[in-house]
Amino acid sequence: MSSSKKIRVLVAKPGLDGHDRGAKIVARALRDAGMEVIYTGLRQTPEMVVRAAMDEGVHCIGLSILSGAHNALFPKIMELLKAEGVDDVLVVGGGIIPEDDIPGLKEAGIGEIFGPGTPLDEIVEYIRNNVKI
Amino acid sequence: MGDKRTLTTAVKRWDENTVAKTIGKYPERKKNFLTISGLPVNRLYTPLDSENLDYEQDLGFPGEYPFTRGVQPTGYRGRLWTMRQYSGFATAKESNKRFHFLLDQGQTGLSVAFDLPTQIGYDSDHPLALGEVGKVGVAIDSLADMEVLFDKIPLDKVSTSMTINADAAVLLAMYIAVAEKQGVSMDKLRGTIQNDILKEYVARGTYIFPPTPSMRLITDTFKFCSDKMPLWNTISISGYHIREAGSTAVQEVAFTIADGIAYVQAAIDAGLDVDAFASRLSFFFGSHSDFLEEICKFRAARRLWARIMRERFHAKQDSSCTMRFHTQTAGCTLTAQQPDNNIIRVTLQALQAVLGGTQSLHTNSRDEALSLPTEASVQIALRTQQIIGYESGVSDTVDPLAGSYYIESLTTEIENKAKEYIQKIDEMGGAPAAIEKGFIQKEIHEAAYSFQKSVDEKERVVVGVNKFQVEEEHKFDYLRVNPASERDQVKRLEDLRKTRDNEKVKTTLQNLRVGAQGDSNLVPLILEAVRVYATLGEICGVLRDVFGEYKAADL
Repeated sequence: MSSSKKIRVLVAKPGLDGHDRGAKIVARALRDAGMEVIYTGLRQTPEMVVRAAMDEGVHCIGLSILSGAHNALFPKIMELLKAEGVDDVLVVGGGIIPEDDIPGLKEAGIGEIFGPGTPLDEIVEYIRNNVKI
Repeated sequence: MGDKRTLTTAVKRWDENTVAKTIGKYPERKKNFLTISGLPVNRLYTPLDSENLDYEQDLGFPGEYPFTRGVQPTGYRGRLWTMRQYSGFATAKESNKRFHFLLDQGQTGLSVAFDLPTQIGYDSDHPLALGEVGKVGVAIDSLADMEVLFDKIPLDKVSTSMTINADAAVLLAMYIAVAEKQGVSMDKLRGTIQNDILKEYVARGTYIFPPTPSMRLITDTFKFCSDKMPLWNTISISGYHIREAGSTAVQEVAFTIADGIAYVQAAIDAGLDVDAFASRLSFFFGSHSDFLEEICKFRAARRLWARIMRERFHAKQDSSCTMRFHTQTAGCTLTAQQPDNNIIRVTLQALQAVLGGTQSLHTNSRDEALSLPTEASVQIALRTQQIIGYESGVSDTVDPLAGSYYIESLTTEIENKAKEYIQKIDEMGGAPAAIEKGFIQKEIHEAAYSFQKSVDEKERVVVGVNKFQVEEEHKFDYLRVNPASERDQVKRLEDLRKTRDNEKVKTTLQNLRVGAQGDSNLVPLILEAVRVYATLGEICGVLRDVFGEYKAADL
């Protein structure tokens, strides 16, 4: 990656889940790390997330779900991205996500899943190292 | 005053001689000791720290104003707190099974968790419900589901708390209707609807309508229940979610009470007499990880609320000034790492809540940072309460920590700091205005972020997360919600729409629309619609049409 360009990240809350403490903290940490962050707010459909990502021309999408709807919504977002021909956006996720679900989500194209207790630096580093810019 | 002078000199002597000598050899672990909320903690507290405390004015007696020492004259000597595990998942049928399990295990009240579509007023077949049906709670689309949910549970004997806010009036109506079918009239029903919309805008996110019509729905339920449901708690003004979103203990008390003030004012403005409804207001707090601070928080909140009800709202009855509250151990303190450690955290947090005088308690399960809890985990969580209640002895005398120099000093400090916040919120025009300005949200976010930083920088130790980590193999028995239950629920709903009397549904929904456009009390109209099996989504759809939807401001 070149250091001249700023990494742009969309932090999104797909589904009906209202727990946004984590999403907001991560958004702020990414900003503090010098990235440009757009936060969608609550209750985004997969279509809305993909639309926002394309409109904003982001390099990375960070998805947060604590309601258990990740297996339905994360793959749906990956499908829509593919259908739109978007293949250079890094997608990561976080929330209350059982370990057993992680392989399936990665198979669907999610780069990494960050569970409770993940240090903010780890997320920043991962995005820096894996984003295509 | 002679005493005070002598003591001041004695403390100084101790500090300069005994302490200084020790510190020279063995420095303290930290330069500054702070509570988890950031309040300074002194090395030692003495009578000097609470010298302005007047026993009768500031502490008084249990069951008497200002209720610092508790709302029950005999504490837990008459009856232990209600052991009430928040529960619900998948379909009404599966949740009913879990309810029976909990009651068989000695649980004394029910607490219903609804899934997100139910909480946001969508039926299970709504496009936005995709993937969410039955996930964080049980899916309820109509009275038919409620009948299954409470099957063989005698509603005249059990008290039921329902975590439902934006559409609380609808679920209350369904509960009334299902009780009617059991032959139990509504005046006998005991329980609580959360019905606290203000904290949804700042912390929990299950809002539907804008603030003004939401406040109307709330005062409508206050009015309806003050006439017809004398045993029902019409609201549970909640600090829990504010704390979970990252606030400090002081902010939790301040923002919760500021919300409470807004509800009381709204009801008075709607023409209700304060003593007609105030005794049915209840509260809900978290029990976080700072043991002594939390105990003080509960005591401070009780005293502050009592004083506000008497001094600001001129409540005449003592029962209008009592803060009765439910407590849940803090979900955000559970760790995904070494999940069995959570049992110990929950034990301490539950003990705090009991020492703080809670009326009911939910203890979290060890696996909740990973998934919904299994039956085995829930059983340990319930047993934790039973061991505290039946074995530890702490419930045998009332408010046993009162009089501790530290406890009384910190109780007063939390009360005073919360008062400062409330004054600031008053100056902004009250909680709704402060929320609209984003003030409360911003304060919570700042606290959350600085807490996370302190954990990341290891100023705060979280055992198993940033210290004492081990390589773990996650072999945990997760509770899974079968994806088929979403399909089953949608099918049930389709069948219902075919078999009910759709003409009656149409009429009652039309009546509701007219009522919402005017100023009738909406609860009886919702009850009519519910009785003929109008769905939650249909009822909320009408209200969405009339009231519009709330859009969160960008922050």
